[in-house]
Amino acid sequence: MEQRSSWLAALTAALFGAVLVYAATATLDPYVLSIVAFVGINIILAVSLNITNGFTGLFSLGHPAFMTVGAYVTAILTLLPARKTRLLPDLPAAISHMQWPFLPALIAGGLVATLVAVIVGFPVLRLRGHYLAVATLGLIFIIQGLATNLDGYTRGALGLNGLPELTNLWWVYGWVLVTLYVCWTLKHSSLGRTMLAIRENELAAACLGVKITRTRIVSFALGAFFAGVAGGLWAHLVTLVTPTSFTFLLAFQLVVMVVLGGSGSITGAALAAAVLTIATEALHPVEEAVGLYGLSQMLLAVAVLMVLIFRPKGLFGMAEPDLLGWIGKLHGRQPTRSGSKCHREV
Amino acid sequence: MSSAYILEQIANGIILGSMYALIAIGFSMIYGIVRLINFAHGDIVTIGAFAMLASVVALNAPFALSVVIVLIVGAGVGMLIERIAFRPMRGAPQVTGFIASLAVAIVIENLGIMTLTAQPRNFIVPAWLSTFIPLGPLQVRAIDLTIVVMAIILMAALALFVRFTKIGMAMRATAENYNVARLMGINIDRMIMLAFANGSALAAAAGLMWGSKYSQISPLMGLIPGLKAFVAAVIGGVGSISGAMLGGYVLGLAEVLFVGLLPPEYSGYRNVFVFATLIVILLVMPNGLLGRSTEERA
Repeated sequence: MEQRSSWLAALTAALFGAVLVYAATATLDPYVLSIVAFVGINIILAVSLNITNGFTGLFSLGHPAFMTVGAYVTAILTLLPARKTRLLPDLPAAISHMQWPFLPALIAGGLVATLVAVIVGFPVLRLRGHYLAVATLGLIFIIQGLATNLDGYTRGALGLNGLPELTNLWWVYGWVLVTLYVCWTLKHSSLGRTMLAIRENELAAACLGVKITRTRIVSFALGAFFAGVAGGLWAHLVTLVTPTSFTFLLAFQLVVMVVLGGSGSITGAALAAAVLTIATEALHPVEEAVGLYGLSQMLLAVAVLMVLIFRPKGLFGMAEPDLLGWIGKLHGRQPTRSGSKCHREV
Repeated sequence: MSSAYILEQIANGIILGSMYALIAIGFSMIYGIVRLINFAHGDIVTIGAFAMLASVVALNAPFALSVVIVLIVGAGVGMLIERIAFRPMRGAPQVTGFIASLAVAIVIENLGIMTLTAQPRNFIVPAWLSTFIPLGPLQVRAIDLTIVVMAIILMAALALFVRFTKIGMAMRATAENYNVARLMGINIDRMIMLAFANGSALAAAAGLMWGSKYSQISPLMGLIPGLKAFVAAVIGGVGSISGAMLGGYVLGLAEVLFVGLLPPEYSGYRNVFVFATLIVILLVMPNGLLGRSTEERA
């Protein structure tokens, strides 16, 4: 019974979100809409990074690299064949003559990003976690270097511009729902529990028969898939992708979202992503007015240091605040407590 | 490809390697004691370069005095960062330290951009540093020779300090076993601070060299050298000071030879090469050239 009512609540929330998206597309002006879309994309990024950094306790900075991969793959697949043969002479004929619809192109972008994650993860994830931080940071520069130098495939430093403007709020909302659903299911599945076990005590987990390296690679690759998709969404929102679209700074911002939200908390990561994106956008005019570029970044970094010192578990810890329960209450039902009890102990 | 050209490339590799080695030592020393990968280490390089420029331009100090000022500034900033950002988090999970060091890096970089703007500016060095000195078949710039000699002096001084003084012995003991060292009455806080001070002073020295050699500095200049020096530290074996020195020279030579000996269309892949090396090293030789097994030292 409780299981069903929590499903109902989730469905209600999703429908409510859809109504909001509908209202937003009908009323808001394009600039505000694009900010809302960025909020959605950042939610996808933060929640998926949370699989790697929050659940499994790895420390990956590789999301910008996977986004670049996903963005280029998606962009190449959706570009008009006529432009492709002109701009990207080195592409194999089979690829330059086809033009895919958006959804398969996005999924292809995600899958190629996953492949890159597996190739990089295999050597690095056998070792203790800290090497991953540096290797993934290196990966950002490797991908950047490749995208800049493989002119015939990527158009070099110029990047691919004039992409079809395919991303709208509905696409973003759809992928946000998919990401949240996958992460939620994962967190409450046996695989998710395995990941948490590795985070809490690697040795004990290994003794209980958990395949450490394999689970780590799965969690790293899963995060990379959504990063690739988000990269594709991003590219088709701004209609441009260059080798420096996604940098090391973005990796830091995403990590910050996960940390502020409380590593392992899906709700926390999503909320932190939304709040930080809006805050950064709101600070832009201030930065320009006082002429201090970099102010918002610095304030963000100082805030992170403060949180790490004074509230080391993040703002939410590991828990999922019972938002669905509150929605249930609004409907006059008993709050659903089914899921929240067990993971609050973790 | 003449032999003089190859010699010249080797010389360039040694110069670049000297700077990587100086930065990598700090990485290794700090990691050896507190198990922290300090992403802000590269920004000490930037601070060193700007301290040099300030001392030459504003104080009009002679070169040797400026070097001393840079070393002191570097050590001071290193200790300050340790005290403000890292000490309150000691004992927290390793990941906390990474994020803290990233945050420190972002703070330093953006403070730099806010106060000095992101525009690269010219680095002023005394005229004698640009003269050419004949050295066998090669014509070497005085600055290049200064870099190599200064790096050797600094590294020798550090090696002697760590090997033969009582404080150096205490530092090695702390790196060996933190808790036992504390039981032996070693002041751990002081040792950690000392590691930050030494490592950061060397990184700042590398910064002044970087500025003098490439004659342009900017608030973001330290990012890539810092990361590459980390690759050097991994090649040598993270946690080992001699490994970091060796790794620095190996990486410097490898990078310059990669660019110098392959056809020019590959030179854009320089960073790709260095970071791909990191991943390959981690695959085949995760303990580096001189490191011990990392698994049992966790």
